Parts: sequence; structure tokens; C-alpha cells
Amino acid sequence: MPDLLIELLSEEIPARMQARAADDLKRLVTNGLVEAGLTYAGAVAHATPRRLVLALEGLTEASPTTTEERRGPRTDAPEKAIEGFLRSTGLARDDLAVKDDRKGQVYVAKITRPGRPAAEIVAEVLETTIRAFPWPKSMRWGDGTLRWVRPLRRILCLMTRDDGAEVVPLEIDGLVAGNVTEGHRFMSPGEIKVASFEDYAAKLKRAHVILSAEERAEAIWHDATNRAFAAGLKVVEDKGLLAEVAGLVEWPVVLMGRIAGDYLDLPPEVLQTSMKEHQKFFSVRDRDGRITRFVTVANRETADDGATILDGNTRVLSARLADAKFFWENDLRVARAGMKDWLEALGNVTFHAKLGSQRDRIERIAALAREIAPAVGADPDLANDAAKIAKADLSSEMVYEFPELQGLMGRYYAEAAGEPPEVAAAAEEHYAPLGPSDDVPTAPVSVAVALADKLDTLAGFWAIDEKPTGSKDPYALRRAALGVIQLVVSNSIRLRLNAKEKGPIDGAFWNLANAGFGRWFELEQQLTGLVTADADRVWIDPDKTNLLAFLHDRLKVHLRDEGIRHDVIDACLTGDRTDDLADLVARARALNAMLATEDGADLIQLYRRAANILAQAEAADGVEYSFGADRKLAETDAERALFDAIAEARPRIDAAMAAEDYPAAMTALAALRGPVDAFFEGVQVNAENAILRRNRLNLISEIVRAGTRIADLTRIAA
Amino acid sequence: MTRPDTPRSFQEIILRLQAYWAAQGCAVLQPYDMEVGAGTFHPATTLRALGPTPWTAAYVQPSRRPTDGRYGDSPNRWQHYYQFQVIIKPSPPDLQELYLGSLAAIGIDMDLHDIRFVEDDWESPTLGAWGLGWEVWCDGMEVSQFTYFQQVGGHDCHPVSGELTYGLERLAMYVLGCDDGNAMPFNAPDAPIPLTYGDVFREAEAQYARWNFDTADTAMLEQHFRDAEAECHRILEQPATDPKTGRHIVMAQPAYDQCIKASHLFNLLDARGVISVTERQAYIGRVRTLAKACADAFLLTRAGGHDAAA
Repeated sequence: MPDLLIELLSEEIPARMQARAADDLKRLVTNGLVEAGLTYAGAVAHATPRRLVLALEGLTEASPTTTEERRGPRTDAPEKAIEGFLRSTGLARDDLAVKDDRKGQVYVAKITRPGRPAAEIVAEVLETTIRAFPWPKSMRWGDGTLRWVRPLRRILCLMTRDDGAEVVPLEIDGLVAGNVTEGHRFMSPGEIKVASFEDYAAKLKRAHVILSAEERAEAIWHDATNRAFAAGLKVVEDKGLLAEVAGLVEWPVVLMGRIAGDYLDLPPEVLQTSMKEHQKFFSVRDRDGRITRFVTVANRETADDGATILDGNTRVLSARLADAKFFWENDLRVARAGMKDWLEALGNVTFHAKLGSQRDRIERIAALAREIAPAVGADPDLANDAAKIAKADLSSEMVYEFPELQGLMGRYYAEAAGEPPEVAAAAEEHYAPLGPSDDVPTAPVSVAVALADKLDTLAGFWAIDEKPTGSKDPYALRRAALGVIQLVVSNSIRLRLNAKEKGPIDGAFWNLANAGFGRWFELEQQLTGLVTADADRVWIDPDKTNLLAFLHDRLKVHLRDEGIRHDVIDACLTGDRTDDLADLVARARALNAMLATEDGADLIQLYRRAANILAQAEAADGVEYSFGADRKLAETDAERALFDAIAEARPRIDAAMAAEDYPAAMTALAALRGPVDAFFEGVQVNAENAILRRNRLNLISEIVRAGTRIADLTRIAA
Repeated sequence: MTRPDTPRSFQEIILRLQAYWAAQGCAVLQPYDMEVGAGTFHPATTLRALGPTPWTAAYVQPSRRPTDGRYGDSPNRWQHYYQFQVIIKPSPPDLQELYLGSLAAIGIDMDLHDIRFVEDDWESPTLGAWGLGWEVWCDGMEVSQFTYFQQVGGHDCHPVSGELTYGLERLAMYVLGCDDGNAMPFNAPDAPIPLTYGDVFREAEAQYARWNFDTADTAMLEQHFRDAEAECHRILEQPATDPKTGRHIVMAQPAYDQCIKASHLFNLLDARGVISVTERQAYIGRVRTLAKACADAFLLTRAGGHDAAA
């Protein structure tokens, strides 16, 4: 069985697209071959900066011959119908068989499709693949119409058998497939004729091309770490950079150079970012952890062992770092003067056309951070100050040049401005967490500003009706919502987001609407004249807002990842107080743990039994039984025993609930299982005497209400 | 490390590039006589990239980026600088090899240096143009921009032009081994009157920086912008047939001159810091509208493939 080798040689393919393209080539070609009736034993794809390669082993020689019987018209059908059938099958009348059918005699055509040689199928499939290749961006060149990621220069398409190789005949827009490739652009120019995949891989290696991206990456990492180790240094690991660099070279040569002393006092993050972003250099740390050297990866060996290349790279780096140092020193001047220029400049930066400038936003966040501060144990003045300068670095030259350094530069500049350490830390940390695995801030001031920042974002975009839809979330609101949850849960922050009354726990959204957002509403009114000052309706009205529901959706995902049961989450999300996310999570965790115990089973049993009877009676009577039961009306021992048991459990449950010790509250409730069972066995709840019946329902209601304080336990699956 | 064929001055690099591309058959043009931000603005690139007519040209283009002004104090940044531009339509299949030949021509030894083609897609929001290509690195230094034009003025390019842009100062500093561009020899170091790049431009850099950043009359610049915009539209509104000569004369290039003016005036206003973020987008949109209208008009000229007889 033949093997197949395909190479598509082009001008340089962007590094970030190579791995995906190799996979796509493999998928599209193998799918096409299999659909056409061929099979193969194995397939492997490779990508280098100049080529996509696919090698298939054990391809079948031809697709199988297939036959199909097709039933035609009756033998006495009109001539036209029979002729139509002959046309559609491509047969003559003599070729048709006649068979008996229920309706009489009909013509039957036996259509045989002969198998096709593999080469023919390969040519078709490869042409289709090339013409419809899913590049993220493609282009035309010259006067052709073919599209590829960059100009496609050669097609190698070879079928090899024990007795030799055969070029698959194929021509696409003037490119004729052959058995010829090229080696390294500079080290081994010229054409190379190949006879098989093994021959191809071996000749390419001699021609200074390593086909496998993993092999190139491993070689780079191996050499880089070895060189650093020999000098008593350590390369800073960066997998993304390694993959990118492996996609920029066919023949990697690792070179290590020194950073000029003038630049060693730049913040290490600046050195690392500048080297990575502009030059694709790895950073190398000395024993003290300082970044003092770099590793660059050249695409060739030279007679001077890379001395010229390293010298050039060192000079380029110095020019880059001279820029960075220029930014850093300019920025420090502004920072030491109190950052006023930057804060003013943010007034000219639009955050969103409908939500005002960055400066407007900072004012809102500062007002909200001050409100939130007591709930997170932060000093309100510090939280306010921190919020006011946390985004100042967005105007700095360094962040303009390297947006990914936002926050981090904010910390350096806040320190330079003489801000207290909590404030400087908040400048860096208030963007966090940026995802499920990101560190969550714990310093109170940072937490206050981080929460205010995210709540402002959520409330703002909700107010202007820019909600995420499907996969579209251009303002990263899901991430902001998850951030709120992570901050609240991991710091156990008691914050009622929707509580209208001011109490020990603040209603963050409500305050936002009424305090921090006052300015925004003025602006919005001016802009559109559409919004009334009736802030509640936007934020709190349960029929309209859904911002809380959005947070709950994110919370469900968060809890599920934590291993909490679906039904537990649903049960805890019912009822009021669901805007206190930390409490909600505490209840869910306690209930989830309780359900794994015998007490948990008792709790659910007794609750369900009581709740069912109560719900039926309440539905039938159209009233709510929550009046309180009277022990004097108890008739049997079982009834009196339950009264006593409840009277004894009640203070323990109340105390546990007050202390938010949910496991203790549930255990105390579950302990009622015995008396409750005895009650239901010995006592007829629906007694004929209406007074007795009402009293018993009120008694049951006490149990149900005690349970409902934790969660809607009827939602727990049996 | 200096080899006999290494150029010794800034001008020698320009002369060698011109000679090299002339030998490849390019028409060596002179700079366009207007203030532009980049060599791409030259009508020999922007307009000639449109339509079916084959074209090949190479030229130096003095370019102005007012915001890059550093009063002549920066070793590698000036508000006035030079680009060397090559455009060939349709792009030949060996354009990469031709380009590498040009590096060899200015003394870059391919056996000692590391040349790389690193993804860099080019887009000009003001010209309504984009293309795919690379920035070319020599030992980590970006020495050229290499682009296959896909669209100009909102029109698909058929055939596709290959465009090369060399940032001459940076390239020359690299080849000549100068870390300070102002100290780079402009003419031969052993000429009777040797001049450095700084001798030629440094003083003017300070003068322009002062004017660009603090002195230019912004109300006047805004008025000039509106005038250029209006004139561009007015030119293009004229009927294609000239009433005096009776000939088909679509005035695409005079209109395009006004577009170039508007673009530069926008850059000046930007350097004066009077354009807010929102206004910025609006200005860019206005220049793009002009560029598109000029591109439309160019396609109605003979050079743009229009057959007047038809």
C-alpha cells in the first residue's frame, strides 16, 4: 500500500497560525480521502515557517467498486418515463433487468461505480483543500486569484511504493505538483528532489530544516537552559513565547547576550515585556533574580558563531530599552508631581460614549469604593484615594507603549507619588481577578476598589443595555461578574447588592444608582433624554433588572466547578437574600456537605413530608398557615412530643441561624425526624375539627419555615 | 568587520538602492513634491496600485510625522525622515529574492546576518487600504516593511502590487554601525566637506518640533483642513468631459493632492494635541472618504484602466 507525502511550500507563514494550519491540512485531506472511499493507516502533519507537511502511511490503492440497484418505471410505463430513467442511469435498455413488483413488472437498473485510483482522489481532495483552506486571513498575489496565507510557491505531492515514487498529477492556478522541495532559505538554498517521506525528512535535516515544531521548541529550550545554567543563570519560562519563536525559525540557533548596564535599573517587568514583545527574547535572571541577560533565537549558523547576529540584537535591544527608559523617566516625573496631568488627561479619554470619560468613571468608582469600604474592612478614605489614582497609569507613556503593564506601572508610579502602600497595591490589584484561576486580592483597600470597579462596569453596561449575547461579550462582563463573585466569596464579604434599606450591609447596586451614578444619570439624560431619575427601575426592579440573575448564572458555574450539586444550587437560589452572595455560598456549601450524611437524609425526608402536606392544604384552602401553633390544643402524645421537640430545637436553630452556623441549624432541624415521623403516623393532620386541623398545619409550618431559612429544600432530588 | 563593499554614507545607501532597483527594471522616480506621512502616500503607490495596468517604480520619499519630533535630540527619531519605496504590479513570484538582493546590494552579508520575515499586516485607516506581509528583521532590527496590497481606497487590488518600504535612517544606521543617527555620515566621510545627518537636519528638527508642538496656529490648520476637504470634493464633482478641450479628463490626482494635504494637516493638529479621541476617529474618517473618492476617480482615468473610447 502506498504512502503519501504532501508539502505546501509558501512564503513565511505567521507563527501563530502554523500549528492550527497543520491540523487543518491533516483533517481536511484525511476526511476527503475517507469520504471518497480510501483508508489509511496513519497520518502526521508538520508546520515550519515556510511549509505545511502531511505524511500518510498505508493508503489504499483505490476506492472500492460499488454497485447499486435502482428501481425504475413499470415496463408498460409511457416511453418518455423509460427514456428519462435510461438517461438518469446512463444505461441502454438492454442493460436493464425486469423484476416482478406488487404493481406489475418494473425495470431495474444495476449501476456499477468502478473504484478510482488513489492518485486521482488525492489530486481532487488536495485541490479542494487548498482552495478552501480555513486560514484566519488569506490573500491574493501577482495576477492570480488563488488565496493562501502568503504566496504559495510549490506543491509537492508524492505517492511512494516499494518499487518507486509517483508524482500525483495536479495543477492549481499554474502551480504544478512535483517531487521537489527547497531547504533552508539561507543555509541550503536550491532545489531538493525527494523520493519518500523518510527521504524528505532526512534531506531536509541535512538542508537545515527541522520539520517538527515540538522538536524545534525542545531544542531551543534545551540549549537556552543549558547555556544559562553554565553561566549560573536561569531562563524565565514562557511557553507562549517558546511556541512563537519555534514558529519563526527552521533551524534554531540559541544565542545569549547581556543587557547594557544603563538599563538594569528599569523595573524587571518592563525589561521582560519590552524584550518579549518587540524582540521575542527570553529573559534570563541572575542568582539574585535580577534580569541581566537575554536569549535570542537565530534562524541560522554563521561562520562567526553568531557574533554579528548577537551584536546586532544587542544594539537593537539597547535602542528599545533607551525608549523604555525615556518613558520611565518621563513618567516618574509626572508621578512624583502627584500624577495630576494624567488624571486630567483621563477626562479626555472616552470610556464609552454613553458612560462618559475614564475620569467620570473613576469618580463613580471612588464614590462606590468609599461605600463598600466598611463592608470589606477597609478605611473609606483610603479606598476613595486608591480608586482615584488606580487608573492614572493609563495616561502614562509606558502603558501607552505596553498596555499589558497597566496596573503594574500604576503601583510603581503610586509609590513614586508617595501614596501609602495600600493605595499603591490597589493600583496594581484592582483589575484582578481576571479569570477563574487568577489570584483574588485580599488586601481590604484593593478589594474595595476591585469590587467597585467591576460593579460599576456591570451596572453601567446594564444601564445602557449592552448585555452579553451568546458568544459576544465585547466588554468582558462575564469576567467582571465572575470577578465580583470571586472577590465576595473568597473574602467572605457580606454585601447585599440589592438591599434598598441601608443597614449593616450595603446595597451596592442601589447605592450606585442613587449616589455614585447620580452624575451618570445627569449625563445620560442630557444625551438621550430617555432615562428618568427613577434609578430603582434600572437596577432593582426584579422583573426588569436581571443583573442579579446574570450574577447568579456566573455563580452557578462557579459552584458547579467547586463540586456542589445542581439541585443544591437551585434550592439556595430560591427565596430572598440571594443578593448576599457570600451567605448564599455558605448555605450551599453547608447543604451540600449535609446531604452526604445521614442527618441530611433525615432532614430532606422530614422536610419534604411536612412541606407536601402543608402545600396541599394551603393550595386547597387558599391561606397561609404561619400563625403559630398552640400546645394546649394538642390531643395525642405524639402531637405533644412534637410540640416539645420543636420548643426545644427552636432556640438552638435560632442561635445557629443568627451565628450563620448552617450545619448546626440543619443538624438541629434534622434531629426532629423521630418526633415528626411519630406525629405523621399517629396523628390525622386533616382532622374534621377545623380548629384542630388549623393548629396541626400551623405546627407543620414551623418545621417548613425553619428549613426554608436555609434553602428551598423541596428542590433537593430524592 | 568592514568589508570593501560596505557603503560608507547615508547617501551611498540611497544611491545603491536606486541603482539596484533600476537594474531590476523599476522606474526610479523622484519624491512627490508634497508633505506626506509615508512613502505610500506618493501617487505612484496609492493611485497606481489601483486598476489593471502593470506598474513598477522605486523612489525616495521624504516623510513627516510631526508627533515623532524630538528637537533633534533623539539618536533615532526625527519628525522628518526618509523612506525608500518600491512598488511592482503585479507582484513578481521572486519578490522576496529580489528584496534580499537589495540588502546584499547595500552591503548586508547574508552569510553573517539573520534575516527574518515576521508577520506584520499593514493597514492605513486614512487611505482605506490594507495588505498582508511582514516586517523584515535583520538581527532583530526591523529594516523593511513588505506588503502585498489587497485593497486601496476601498477597492480590491487586481492584480496585487508588492510594496517594499525601507526606513532609511534606521537601515543606514545599522549598515554603517552608527548608534547615533545624528552622527551618521551623510556624504563620504573623506569628502572635502564631510557632513553628518545631524549637520543636515538637526537644527531644522528643533525648529519644526517647536512649531509642530507649540506654535502652529490651530485655527488656521483647521481651516486649511476644511478647505482641502472642500476642494477635493469640488474637483471630483466636475464632469469627466472638459468643457474647454472636449477631452475625457478626470482630475483624480489634483483631487488626491488635496487628500494628501488634509492628511498632513490632521497630523499637525494631532501633534498640537487639540484632537480628542472621538474627534480623532472622525478626522480619520473624513480623510478616508477623500481617499476613497480619489480612488474611485482614478479608476476612471486611463492609468486606472478606463478606456476613454468605450
